Amino acid sequence: MPSAFKKALDSGKFVVTCEAAPSKGTNLENMKHHIELLKDKVDGMNVTDHQSSVMRYPSLGGALLVKEMGGEPILQMTCRDRNRLALQADLLFASSRGIHNVLCLTGDSVMLGDHKQAKPVFDLDSCQLVAVIRTLEKGKDMAGNDLDGGVKFCAGAIVTPEANPIEPQLIKFEKKVDAGAEFIQTQAVYDMDNLKKFMEYARQFPGKILAGVILLTSAPMARFMNKNVAGVNVPQNLIDEMASAPKGGAISKGIEIAGRMIRQIKEEKICDGVHIMAIGKEEKVIDIMAAAGL
Amino acid sequence: MIRSITQQKPMEEIERLLEGMGRVFIMGCGTCVTLTHTGGIPEVEAMRGALSEKGKVVTGTTVVPVACDNLTREILKDIQSGIKQSDALLIMTCAFGVQTIAHQIGKLVIPALNTMFIGKETAFGEFNEVCTQCGTCIIGETGGICPVTACHKGLVNGPCGGTNNGKCEIDSNKDCAWTAIYNRLKALGRIDSMRKYQKPRNHLGEPNPGKFRIPTV
Repeated sequence: MPSAFKKALDSGKFVVTCEAAPSKGTNLENMKHHIELLKDKVDGMNVTDHQSSVMRYPSLGGALLVKEMGGEPILQMTCRDRNRLALQADLLFASSRGIHNVLCLTGDSVMLGDHKQAKPVFDLDSCQLVAVIRTLEKGKDMAGNDLDGGVKFCAGAIVTPEANPIEPQLIKFEKKVDAGAEFIQTQAVYDMDNLKKFMEYARQFPGKILAGVILLTSAPMARFMNKNVAGVNVPQNLIDEMASAPKGGAISKGIEIAGRMIRQIKEEKICDGVHIMAIGKEEKVIDIMAAAGL
Repeated sequence: MIRSITQQKPMEEIERLLEGMGRVFIMGCGTCVTLTHTGGIPEVEAMRGALSEKGKVVTGTTVVPVACDNLTREILKDIQSGIKQSDALLIMTCAFGVQTIAHQIGKLVIPALNTMFIGKETAFGEFNEVCTQCGTCIIGETGGICPVTACHKGLVNGPCGGTNNGKCEIDSNKDCAWTAIYNRLKALGRIDSMRKYQKPRNHLGEPNPGKFRIPTV
């Protein structure tokens, strides 16, 4: 029985996913508020896994919460903190509790987060994690032992369409698809011509592609991403547009830009859907979708 | 040539390790730490000065030729009195030297340096970590560049999303291993080997701690 998210991907509709970031601590009210607000508006909610290597409530717990509240969770799993025993065990747990969508990621370096002295794991990489999911689905673990009760997942991965150099990134993208990734959520792309160029290439391969859209909240935030986030390039004209917003109106301008991009991606059928990242401002996803005419 | 790359510990840590020990013998090494200016004659002299200022009695200093060599025992015989008078030996060598000396002399040893990595001199005065002795070498398929070592995350199937203009997400001074591998394979016309799926690594090459005995002929 395919997951609701998988059905949405296969239906040919324009798919929309967003993020739900677990809290630092056990107070889940804010996350619950976002889930309540968005669960019926989107096709899936990614639950981030210690995003930016900052220790938080676990993605597995957050995904369970989305499920319990009637939403469709996409469990983000990084290879940073768990070895192959722990990753397989968590996949068994997820499947047993009705979480059937997984986004496989390498994970940021622990040095970028708040526990810089932690031991990084990276026993597996993102391609291998996708492959492990397909192995578990055949009723075997990585060691070839039989599983008593299987799993079923819709597995996905990510790509950075504006990475520099791009060729090694594309080779890895192809390996992820070969390993069995059914959907790809991209890093944010602001230059629609670059996105189109990437999609001309990516369309040769199976798998649905959801374009990443990060809400711009101010001109300095856009400049900060250009300087500090690998593979993200906000063009100068968009920075200028953000800067032109009246005082207190930067968020509205960011919503307008995100909405405009999503509308173009949908109308020109550039991608199969979008993955909206409104980092810390999840309630704005509703406004972005409205601005996009969704 | 491979070299043991070291860095001096913060003085506060050295002082803490030497707490309660008034008489100290300082030892350096004429090999790697002399090259990297962390435990040669000038550094040992500077340490003598620093410890004297802190009120320690430095009972003697020496810079042995190769601290990790078993002959160090013989060399130290000549300077036994200074060592005997000391409460501890402050060793300004890599951990190989510190452990050799600890094994040979019945004295408490305190390392003054942290051993960072075994480095290969890749350009004059520049050292890079190129091998971590994992026991399951895969560089036959990566153009002779080890991603297990040269990639911060040890990734074997290609770069992560943090790769940035050929540099690593943790440090813009460090090269992205996978950009280097790609460039090397491209120059060799062997990009296909990068397309090959690499299975999860075998971490059982030589279980820690490594041990080897030359087979008897």
